[in-house]
Amino acid sequence: MNSKASPWAARAGIAVLVLALALVPLLAPLFDLDYYTGFVRRLMIVALAAASLNFLMGRVGLVALGHAGFVGVGAYAVAALAEAGWTSAWAVWGLAGVAGVVVAGLTGAVALRTKGVYFIMITLAFAQMLFYLAVSLRKYGGDDGYTLYAPLHLIGGENAIAASGAPLYWVVLALVALVLLALWRIEASHFGRALEGIRDNETRMQAMGYPTYLLKLCAFAAAGGVASLSGALIATQNGFISPSLMHWTQSALLIVMVVIGGVGRRWGAPLGVAVWLVFEEVLKQFTEYWHAPMGLLLIAVVFLAPKGLSALASRKAAP
Amino acid sequence: MDLTFFLEQIFNGLGYGFMLFLLAAGLTLVFGIMDTLNLAHGSLFMAGGYVSATVHAQSGSFLAAVLVAVLVTVLLAVLLEALLVRRLYGRDHLSQVLATFGIVLVADDVVKFLWGPSPIMAPTPALLSGPVQLLGLPYSSYRLLILGAGLAVAAGLYVLVNHSRLGMLVRAGASNRAMAEFMGVRVSRVFTIVFALGAALAALAGALMGPISAVSIGMGEAILIPALVVIVIGGIGSVRGAFVASLLVGLVDTAGRAFLPPLLREVLAPALAADVGPAISSIAMYMLMAGVLVFKPSGLFPARV
Repeated sequence: MNSKASPWAARAGIAVLVLALALVPLLAPLFDLDYYTGFVRRLMIVALAAASLNFLMGRVGLVALGHAGFVGVGAYAVAALAEAGWTSAWAVWGLAGVAGVVVAGLTGAVALRTKGVYFIMITLAFAQMLFYLAVSLRKYGGDDGYTLYAPLHLIGGENAIAASGAPLYWVVLALVALVLLALWRIEASHFGRALEGIRDNETRMQAMGYPTYLLKLCAFAAAGGVASLSGALIATQNGFISPSLMHWTQSALLIVMVVIGGVGRRWGAPLGVAVWLVFEEVLKQFTEYWHAPMGLLLIAVVFLAPKGLSALASRKAAP
Repeated sequence: MDLTFFLEQIFNGLGYGFMLFLLAAGLTLVFGIMDTLNLAHGSLFMAGGYVSATVHAQSGSFLAAVLVAVLVTVLLAVLLEALLVRRLYGRDHLSQVLATFGIVLVADDVVKFLWGPSPIMAPTPALLSGPVQLLGLPYSSYRLLILGAGLAVAAGLYVLVNHSRLGMLVRAGASNRAMAEFMGVRVSRVFTIVFALGAALAALAGALMGPISAVSIGMGEAILIPALVVIVIGGIGSVRGAFVASLLVGLVDTAGRAFLPPLLREVLAPALAADVGPAISSIAMYMLMAGVLVFKPSGLFPARV
């Protein structure tokens, strides 16, 4: 990444990328590739959850193995609100995000008392609790999941636009772009610098008078909110929710994708998600034994690109 | 709730606890000594289960099956350690998690290739298929064997870790690796031995668990989480902690599943109890862990000083 050398080139690059992504729903039908509109949309939604996790892992140094739990909170919030008669997608997504902030704030308050591997395991524990809670909700189908019949709409009234298809795609693109921008701004802000300080030396930050526990809790709750928003978008796009959204392997996959892309790197989360999901998609078309190549990819990344694929790209760019 | 049912569940809980201990002992030592988090430990458990079930079905001898399973798994583990895990020492935990998760994915596909995607049957040895009298109650003789084997291994491990030269080196490595190295201990060689020992225990657990639970591709991942919960509750690197925590988790999990739903039916509306009961009993283990970590953030018996 040469953003420092020429910010305008980087900005132009981002603009081209956003424009290219925005054109996908218009171009895909021309080539009979409608399926890929949905695929790219799913990719962007997952990147949202991964970006919030990358913020926690890279900026704050918190490896959370329970992020899928918050994704599930968002998805189930959508189901509950749609069931209660809410139809505006914006209101539902907003409340789902708030629900994620609240749940992440409550669990984070306990989890942040621990460190390192113990933190990994306690976040896993809370996600497992959410998972089994969802399994026990018979109203929402328990283990089997629940189909959302009442569709949400982006704009109500006479010329209603449903939250599906290409409009949903563009909204997702805009939301992902906004959240990524916001995360980048936070990194450069006073709050972001303080978090980085905590990551590198928490005792020192405490000595300097920073309320380190509170700052970490804020970051954790915010990341939970973004993950929850991502879950709400998944629920809207699939029209279906199930506890498998918050299975612990989903949390592990989010970590895997972030690490592949590059922990703490700007493009780490989107790149990791794109590489992992595209690789999976392609392999699944050729063989039923697609796990093994993915596993070999992971091992290769660990040994050949220890700082993630985005670091590999920037090392070549740097002199 | 009668006494027979109560005692039976307690014994089942202890049996599950011992099996968890077989896995957790290896996991906690590998983690404690080399600071290496090995997710592929569950795959070694799976290897033990599959090899044992196959050899048992082919040869008819359960003892031979268990021995072959342990042997094959140890060979695989030694190979794995030399080729891959050894290169992960000193790397950060995330790299270790990533690489060993990669091994898990590869192992699952290899098993799928060799044995097919559906679970396979692991027969109960004919000699042990009937019940025995235990404290005047009928109890599955196979489950009794599990209890006995678990107890024997735990005792053997206790002697090995606390009263042998190797055990001394292991404990020294777990509490302070750098210092042990300065004192002339070749910690990496000790570690290879411990890794192989851990694999043997995991394979034994897999072979013994086969007949009472399914031998399937997900079995390694399914037991990995409770095993991790155990080592975290016990304190990473501590065999004693792993032992106490295994029995705790085994009892809490089994007792939760057996006793909680009927108890809840007494106090709650039937429909609500049917919903809440299974959820709470599945969660019980995690509540235990969260509770322990709130009061003791490094587990019950932290090995590092």
